[in-house]
Amino acid sequence: MDIPGTIIFDGQQAMKGYALNKMCYSFNDASNREAFLRDEDAYCDRFGLTAEQRRAVRHRDILELLNVGGNIYYLAKLAGIFGLNVQQIGAQQRGITEAEFKELLTREGAR
Amino acid sequence: MAIIVGGITTSHIPLIGKAIARGWQSEAAWKPFFDSYEPVYAWLDRVRPDAVIVVYNDHGLGFFLDRMPTFAIGAAPEYRHADEGWGLPVVAPFPGDPALSWHIIESVVGDEFDVTTCQELLVDHAFTVPMALLWPGADPRPVRTVPVAVNHVQYPLPSPTRCYKFGQAIGRAIEKWPGDRRIVVVATGGLSHQLDGPRAGFLNRDFDLACLDNIVDHVEAITRYSTLDLARLSGAQGVELLTWLVMRGALSNKVILRHSSYHVPISSTAAAVMVLENAPIATAAA
Repeated sequence: MDIPGTIIFDGQQAMKGYALNKMCYSFNDASNREAFLRDEDAYCDRFGLTAEQRRAVRHRDILELLNVGGNIYYLAKLAGIFGLNVQQIGAQQRGITEAEFKELLTREGAR
Repeated sequence: MAIIVGGITTSHIPLIGKAIARGWQSEAAWKPFFDSYEPVYAWLDRVRPDAVIVVYNDHGLGFFLDRMPTFAIGAAPEYRHADEGWGLPVVAPFPGDPALSWHIIESVVGDEFDVTTCQELLVDHAFTVPMALLWPGADPRPVRTVPVAVNHVQYPLPSPTRCYKFGQAIGRAIEKWPGDRRIVVVATGGLSHQLDGPRAGFLNRDFDLACLDNIVDHVEAITRYSTLDLARLSGAQGVELLTWLVMRGALSNKVILRHSSYHVPISSTAAAVMVLENAPIATAAA
């Protein structure tokens, strides 16, 4: 069953995204977040990210990161490094501003 | 002997943890939400639990994709929180209840629920935020805890029916325990929300309100769905409703609704809190 606008994180996605998600999981540790910020390329090397995954990380693009196998719970740790909260992540994926995304939530919640 | 006095459902939104850490409870934007927990405190004062089973889903602190248990039960003397990577302040550890944990593990495995057992387990915001909401400022911790983690990260997730039956097995386990405990089963997560994908920001008020009704005495109206149905109806992360079904399974068939409250949106989520009291306990307490 396809759910519109939704990627189901199944075994296929989990295999595809393993290196990327493993890197993101490492960001639970502050020293790893600092190491990433010091040298992003070297840090991506350490986890063996694919060229596509590195590009998605470089673009800070959540939809792209999801498409290359990222899982939102691990990506949230990467997004945290860039100072993005869940509403800013939502706004980015919808292609709207944070204020517009908050309005959207209020609208959706009132429906 | 051990008795289950009732169950509580509550959202576990990280922003709530931040609001608590910053002391925003009385601010206009937050007051109605935090006030909605007052009846819960009154109920907790009355039923006086000394142990809590916390049914939650880990978001990448306690478990990673290298090994992802469908159902896991903590069996540790204490459970620590830790840095989750995006800035939530780390809170003090929670005492465990290893004797109760091992009893539940023995019993549910005997009942064909082959759980992963954890003698060390970091608990994330889905455990710590509800504990901070239900026992605000409480340190030392007033209740012992048994974490029960349900995989919500990687599909296949367990079905709604399976989660309900798992809860029933936990309920049977507790009924059989000779130890003296008054137990509350807490389910954390939900209601509708979706953080990822082009549908990010999806909410479904009608479905949420139906679930708040049906969880009380028409649980089959929820368990008839597949997990993917739940994702479609309540959003990719709205499937946290599965923890509610575990909680509901652990309670008696008849429960008394003591409190229900719904706030939408908190952060990007429809937040809800409910108190369900086990019917026989109400008589005993009266």
